[in-house]
Amino acid sequence: MSEHQPVLRVRGLAKAYRGVPVLAGVDLDVDEHQVVTLVGASGSGKSTLLRCIDLLETVDDGQVWLDGQDVTDPRTDADAVRRQIGVVFQAYNLFPHLSVLDNVTLAPRQVHGVGREQAEAEALALLERIGLAGRARAYPDQLSGGQQQRTAIVRALAVRPRLLLLDEVTSALDPELVGEVLALVREVAEQGMTILMATHEMGFARSAADLVCFLDGGSVLEQGPPEQVLGDPVHERTRRFLARVVDAGRL
Amino acid sequence: MSGPALDAPAPPSALELGRRAHRRSRARRSTLVALASTVVFALVAVLAVTRAPGWPRTRDSFFDPSTAADALPAVLEGLWLNVRVLAVAAVLVVVVGLAVALLRTLRGPVWTPVRMLAAGYTDVFRGLPLIILLYLVGFGLPGLRLQGVPTSPVVLGTTALVLTYGAYVAEVFRAGIEAVHPSQRAAARALGLSHRQSVRLVVLPQAVRTVTPALLNDFVALQKDVGLISVLGAVDAVRAAQIETSLAADFTPYVVAGLLFVLLAIPTARLADWASLRAVRRQQAGGLL
Repeated sequence: MSEHQPVLRVRGLAKAYRGVPVLAGVDLDVDEHQVVTLVGASGSGKSTLLRCIDLLETVDDGQVWLDGQDVTDPRTDADAVRRQIGVVFQAYNLFPHLSVLDNVTLAPRQVHGVGREQAEAEALALLERIGLAGRARAYPDQLSGGQQQRTAIVRALAVRPRLLLLDEVTSALDPELVGEVLALVREVAEQGMTILMATHEMGFARSAADLVCFLDGGSVLEQGPPEQVLGDPVHERTRRFLARVVDAGRL
Repeated sequence: MSGPALDAPAPPSALELGRRAHRRSRARRSTLVALASTVVFALVAVLAVTRAPGWPRTRDSFFDPSTAADALPAVLEGLWLNVRVLAVAAVLVVVVGLAVALLRTLRGPVWTPVRMLAAGYTDVFRGLPLIILLYLVGFGLPGLRLQGVPTSPVVLGTTALVLTYGAYVAEVFRAGIEAVHPSQRAAARALGLSHRQSVRLVVLPQAVRTVTPALLNDFVALQKDVGLISVLGAVDAVRAAQIETSLAADFTPYVVAGLLFVLLAIPTARLADWASLRAVRRQQAGGLL
């Protein structure tokens, strides 16, 4: 690795499910404080890529480095890697049996050994920022989708991750709730968090991303600044994908 | 799924082959460690038992091969009765349990007495020791000399077993029904299904899948408790072993009967493992966790 070391480096990543290849040689870098968005059709492997990076899947081939450490090495302690990465899922995946506050403080207290008082104070400060401090004792099922997803983002942030992975965090939300979640992501990005996010929100990708990667056929077909990839793509496939997105009224 | 990169899956890289080799060697080492520790443990256990001062007497009294061979035919014949009782009881238990569980889920004020009756049944028969129920049903009922009451200890014993296990299984089913998320009920009702239809077509199938491992666990418990009908005088495996024990003045026949019950339970235990694994595989996406 050269003098410049990205937070996340992916090289030649391959993954197949039951013989069906999903990823076939993905190369990707995410630098510190960078916001990188993954765009591409459903089934293009965006979620699989994120799951491989968080070691929720074993990769079939290729390597992933987090801060220069090869996390795909079988000798790596996967839990130690996951402790440095925050993940937010499409379906929120909040724990329904825990209150909002307990969802947010679970990892700081159980994994990172923060005391209850400190963990709760920090969690409440984060919840305050997203206007949910008043619902800290509520349970996930009592919140709206947007509130649940913002809670999930705060839960991921509570452990101060090195890298935040967002997996289509607005796909399960009403259009009117998408805004509040994206505003939070934007705020987190502006504070310098390093983010890799899969998304269908092209408008958001265009305005908030430093780099847009178009995933097609199991690899990154095209990547560059948003105005280039989304405005003037080089590849025919990218053009066709964007045309479909425009037709669907999402850009 | 299309694109140039996917058409020809590349052979794994040297790096990936190295990782696979590492994982394989780790797996081999785990197997070796497991093997070695098992052998050492078994050796120590065997030595400790056979060197113990009472071992020869224990062996003659519990593990005498010729007594075992003599007792086996009678015990096996008794076990066949246990198996038949088990088959009938298991079916009846599921029917009773499911019916009671469904009665407890009935909505509406009209059904209040039925709900209370069902709740009372589970409370009483889960709390009542099976042996007391066996005495009451097996000896008490025929003693009333009422018309139509069966006198066969097998039938009466099966009745007592069904009453007790029906109460347990009803609670298992009820837990499964309540574990189905309310949104499923809402989705079913939103499609226009009636309460009954939504229970039958949406809630119950999910509930049964959830509780299959617990049900199989209760089945294993029932498998051995069918041996309790021997207290009513039915000549089952336990009773046969008792007779053989008194004839031979040796406890080996009991051990034989016990081993047969254990052998009977093992396939069910494996079936329970398989059933819960299949449920997990079918309903959840892949992944390591």
